[in-house]
Amino acid sequence: MQTNIMICGVGGQGIVLTSKLIAATAVANDVPVMSAETIGMAQKGGSVFSFLRLGEGIESPMFPEGSADILIAFEPAEAVRMFPYLKKGGVVIVNTHAVMPVTASLGGSDYNGAEMLGYLERNAEKVVTVDGDKAIADLGSPKVLNMVMLGAAMRSGILPFTPDEIEETMKATVKPQFVEMNSKALRYAG
Amino acid sequence: MHKEFLMGNAAAARGAIAAGLNLIAGYPGTPSTEALETAAKCNDGSLYVEWSVNEKAALELAAGAAYCGARTMVTMKQVGLNVASDPLMSLAYIGVKGGMVIYVADDPGPISSQTEQDTRTFAAYSKLPCFDPSSVQEAYDMIGDAFELSERLHTPVIFRPTTRVCHGYASVNVKDTNEYKITKPEGFVRDPSKWVIFPRLSYNAHINIEARNAALSDELSEYAGNFIIPETDKTCRKGVISHGISFTYVKEAVAGKQAPRLMKISTPFPFPEKAALRFLDGLDEVLCIEELDPVIERELTYICGKHHLNVKILGKLTHNVKNAGENTCASVIANISEFMKWEVPAKAETEPAPALPVRPPVLCAGCPHRASFYGVKPAMKAIKSVFCGDIGCYTLGNAMPLDMVDTCLCMGAGVNITQGIGKIEPDTRCFAFVGDSTFFASAITGAVNAVYNQADMTLVILDNSTTAMTGHQPHPGTGRTMMGQVVDKVNIEAVLHGIGVKTVATANPLDLNNAIETVKNVSAEKGVKAIIFKSPCAVIIKPEKPAVIDADKCTNCKRCIKSLGCPGIVIKDGKVAIESSLCTGCGLCSQVCAFNAINVNK
Repeated sequence: MQTNIMICGVGGQGIVLTSKLIAATAVANDVPVMSAETIGMAQKGGSVFSFLRLGEGIESPMFPEGSADILIAFEPAEAVRMFPYLKKGGVVIVNTHAVMPVTASLGGSDYNGAEMLGYLERNAEKVVTVDGDKAIADLGSPKVLNMVMLGAAMRSGILPFTPDEIEETMKATVKPQFVEMNSKALRYAG
Repeated sequence: MHKEFLMGNAAAARGAIAAGLNLIAGYPGTPSTEALETAAKCNDGSLYVEWSVNEKAALELAAGAAYCGARTMVTMKQVGLNVASDPLMSLAYIGVKGGMVIYVADDPGPISSQTEQDTRTFAAYSKLPCFDPSSVQEAYDMIGDAFELSERLHTPVIFRPTTRVCHGYASVNVKDTNEYKITKPEGFVRDPSKWVIFPRLSYNAHINIEARNAALSDELSEYAGNFIIPETDKTCRKGVISHGISFTYVKEAVAGKQAPRLMKISTPFPFPEKAALRFLDGLDEVLCIEELDPVIERELTYICGKHHLNVKILGKLTHNVKNAGENTCASVIANISEFMKWEVPAKAETEPAPALPVRPPVLCAGCPHRASFYGVKPAMKAIKSVFCGDIGCYTLGNAMPLDMVDTCLCMGAGVNITQGIGKIEPDTRCFAFVGDSTFFASAITGAVNAVYNQADMTLVILDNSTTAMTGHQPHPGTGRTMMGQVVDKVNIEAVLHGIGVKTVATANPLDLNNAIETVKNVSAEKGVKAIIFKSPCAVIIKPEKPAVIDADKCTNCKRCIKSLGCPGIVIKDGKVAIESSLCTGCGLCSQVCAFNAINVNK
């Protein structure tokens, strides 16, 4: 049983940490895991993505287009950018908050996510939208957005772990004072 | 033995430590940087770790330690090997006593490099054995093999992963500390006939190297890393040969299919000829799936000629595989499907995606480089001028709206390129922009050259007190080392004065009017003069309160956006707004605004 996960968004949203947390949970549960992500020049204000693969018999940390079981997108346009990686019937988890690129400011254009979300609704079989702004406001910190996104992904049932198992690794990797807030975010359902 | 989730670079460093590493040195460069950083993090005090001033210094340091019998490793990116190539080529003749591994990360794509050079080719050129791992686990395991080989044959060994191995992560089997090898260096044993290079020694060494490599080719033909996977389709007379990360794509591409014979090459030099002959036996056609140079393809073509084998060798040279850029799972599936004449399922019709916002890499909000470039730009308005850039975050100063980088070649090159342009265009104000780490790495000699040879130019040092691009490594201007020592900083101003630069002005670029005046005054002088724009990298300092836009004063002219292109200034609902999650309160935009509509509270 293999699970291919694509996590994407914009640098600074906690994408890499999310990927690491799932991977650490896999190691703790004896599930083989590989991942690959954008690092370096591509990271500064740019699109960030992480390939994550769980299960036996995986050779490469990356997978081809049409292979992801789930796309966890922290930003609507980034969801559309990486959408070709989703397999037919795969699930999209998408944050509705659009992040403005510098180029949009320069061009004077007002980019918003509605067009992107519409595209996803029409083309993906299952789309779960997450109101990231509301979640952040409700939980009181922008730093927990990644746990909110991961929580929504967990509820899709595609990740082979329980929130309890994720929480166990969180305790081992996150500073003690932040565990409670992250756990709450993980279980936040709007 | 236990399992850990490691990055390829980290696995290589951990493997080296398990193999009894005594010293590691390098110069940061994507995708190699995390190897040395991991070693520093895992240092129990028995290891000497150094971010050297450049790759040449690192390699020479490691060679000296290896002369003493220590196990040493040098880390760099592929273009770093160009810098270290002078000691490397000679060291290949002299050899070492302790195991020495030169870790060179290649970057197919290229994703964050100037070139798509192939270190496997460099290995053949320098006649040094080379390992080419395919996975994080192999990076861990093979580096031990590299040390063993190096020490046994008294030669440095090149270990060259590519980006996807370096930056790939996997759960891997690692040794427990009680399984680690411990190296106790014997010390330097004086022997001029061994350690002092002379033409006679080089001639004899060359004979030995050729004999060693011929024997090593036979030995590596039995190496477990060079292996054949028999065909599942017994009637198939085709084979696919690959290496590195591409081999994993090949394995996934043929999974569950009637597969051709496969071979993986982990030691591209010396090429395991006898193993390759076993692979070629009975085949009609072979497809070589490689990244960067067609190393395997050339070797097989040569072997077929040498042994009169009637096997067609296909790859980059025959245009069956693209000859630039990195391979992907998809490109390898396409290459193999065409070669095997497998049917490719037609792509389902999909709605074309809406136009996506482009997110090119930009200077961070609050980056002092933006201020430095913007300090020069208005000062040189209507004056014929040229701006030579260099390697670092500040290369991004080329992007609109700053548009302040006219040239960029390689580390430190900007100084003498500026000098050259000035010699041909004496009526042009010539500027060379160079970062502090790059200055120490390779611009000082260029500055000496410019000063002594009477260049007319302004050297602008962008001193943000770190090596920002690669993740904030220390350098001689930072006052700390990778061993955790706090040491005297090498003072850039004193260096410039010392080599004869008479005018050295230091200014805070975030004080815009002063920066502009400084540029006007200094650049008008004759000869080589310098401006040090000193302000710390925005990522490593605690940000000030974000700027605030006074809605009553803001006319929405967007001058701030159009002048600076700072990601901290956005348009929200048609109005200029501060993105408070990004703004560091640097205050540059408040000095650009003609209406005093942007306020910062420092």
